Amino acid sequence: MSKKFLSGNEAFAEGIRLAKPDVISAYPITPQTIVVERLSEMVEDGSLKSEFIHVESEHSALSCAIGASAAGARAFTATSSQGLLYMAECLYYASGGRFPIVMMNADRSTALPWNIYGDQRDSLSQLDSGWIQVYAENAQEALDLALMSWRIAEDSRVSTPVMVNLDGFVLTHTYETVEIPEQAQADAFLSPYVTENRIDFGNPKNLAFSAGPDTNYIFKYKAHEAMLAARKAVAETETAFAEIFGRAYTGLLECYRTEDADYILVTLGSIAGLCRESAERLRQQGIRVGVVRIRYMRPFPNAEIAAVLKNAKAFGVLEKDISFGNEGTVYTNVNSALQKAGIRIPGYNFIGGLGGRNISAGDVAQIFAAIQNGTDSVNFVGIGGDGNGE
Amino acid sequence: MKEILWIGRGGQGAFTAAKLFGAAYTVNHDAHYALAFPSFGPERRGAPVRAFTKLDEKPVLDRSQTEQADYIVVLDDTLYSPELLSHLKADGRIIVNSKEPLPETFSFDAEAIAAEFRLPTVNTVMLGIVSAISGYITEEQAVNAIEGYMPQKIQARNAGAVKLAREAVQK
Repeated sequence: MSKKFLSGNEAFAEGIRLAKPDVISAYPITPQTIVVERLSEMVEDGSLKSEFIHVESEHSALSCAIGASAAGARAFTATSSQGLLYMAECLYYASGGRFPIVMMNADRSTALPWNIYGDQRDSLSQLDSGWIQVYAENAQEALDLALMSWRIAEDSRVSTPVMVNLDGFVLTHTYETVEIPEQAQADAFLSPYVTENRIDFGNPKNLAFSAGPDTNYIFKYKAHEAMLAARKAVAETETAFAEIFGRAYTGLLECYRTEDADYILVTLGSIAGLCRESAERLRQQGIRVGVVRIRYMRPFPNAEIAAVLKNAKAFGVLEKDISFGNEGTVYTNVNSALQKAGIRIPGYNFIGGLGGRNISAGDVAQIFAAIQNGTDSVNFVGIGGDGNGE
Repeated sequence: MKEILWIGRGGQGAFTAAKLFGAAYTVNHDAHYALAFPSFGPERRGAPVRAFTKLDEKPVLDRSQTEQADYIVVLDDTLYSPELLSHLKADGRIIVNSKEPLPETFSFDAEAIAAEFRLPTVNTVMLGIVSAISGYITEEQAVNAIEGYMPQKIQARNAGAVKLAREAVQK
């Protein structure tokens, strides 16, 4: 184990080196570029023995990864923003074909107005694409997910691709101290990928076929079941990870002082740290607040969220996303979890950080105040409510 | 938490200094944590840039841009303005690379030392000055960071610049 001062992108690339993918196909796009650069340098200097395919677009990047995975290879790609949207067609081929590809997405704003900065409108728009989606908070978690995601994706009960999301710039370009595990530890944790879901001349079969109305929905049902099975795979993977690497993770979500909290802020990604710090300050004033960081958006932690929020007086959801004409998608998902559990408490949506706008400690303090005092259903941080309050 | 705001022009290495300072603070220190990041966006030579170093003895959770700094370090005196004083904490200080003394700042001619070591920029000279004035990192830690995170052929000259800058301040 060694300690290094690395950016989120560099830390992720270190994790991928340890996971030893057979094939990397990627097209550079800000703010993901450094991952692709580092991996290509690693291949060049021989410290990573992968086939690196320089493709002409994101659509081809994922198509190549699908082809490689169909040949039984461990395949990695990375993208961001418009690149993710450009490969959207292929996302469904990868998940429908049950190819356990891992992709890093640097969460970035979507056009127009064109903008290279971080928000989560790119990945959250693809929640229905059939990929497992996980959001890292810091560079260490990013590196650790670069290892854990393969074990989850390749688990035979799951066999589903994983998208690991890092907030653009705030996480991808911020340097921090990261522990880099030894290769022997990584090898003990992650076995080589072995599958029957591959092209094999000794055992010919049809892959990526069509299925008519009579059977198509069965494949979709199986994909749903597999995604739900990922819940167990995540838990088992994290247990094994803690045993080997000594770092523990908390499953689909992470809670901070929620046990006795009256007011809870739900969020995801790298902003969670600032929210916890803000919560701690309010605790010192005697206000009982807590923070939930959603780690996995798919499979969604329905039961876990309901269990955490059930005794709260009110909650808020802070997210870097908006589904125009409605609300933030994370808020929609959280409300659905509560509705299914029969919980009815006031909840408010806070849309922030769009196009990379800084979310300050003052902004988070105002969000906590708004949760306590009540506000519109949907609020743009720094602008105000949308006027559609209950 | 201690916060340093670095101000320079694209190409002057303000972010490199911010990163080296963070690395130096955490090198061989299990109880030290740091974040370092630039003002995000396209890199343009000569355009004003900001970089941030945050230091603490617990993990740094706040990834937002520094609004009130313990030290503001200005690598190019044409970027200094008295307005920067409003971004200092109560006991904060501004350190400027300037041949002429500027009021309410610690002004230092960093270019003289950079020239002595044939360095095209003053970033590591300023790193040496801040390390000496703040006491956040030792000379050894600064040199370790340079050896860990700069290309080998410029390590010795930059380490020399840090040492001389620290001596100049401590006189």
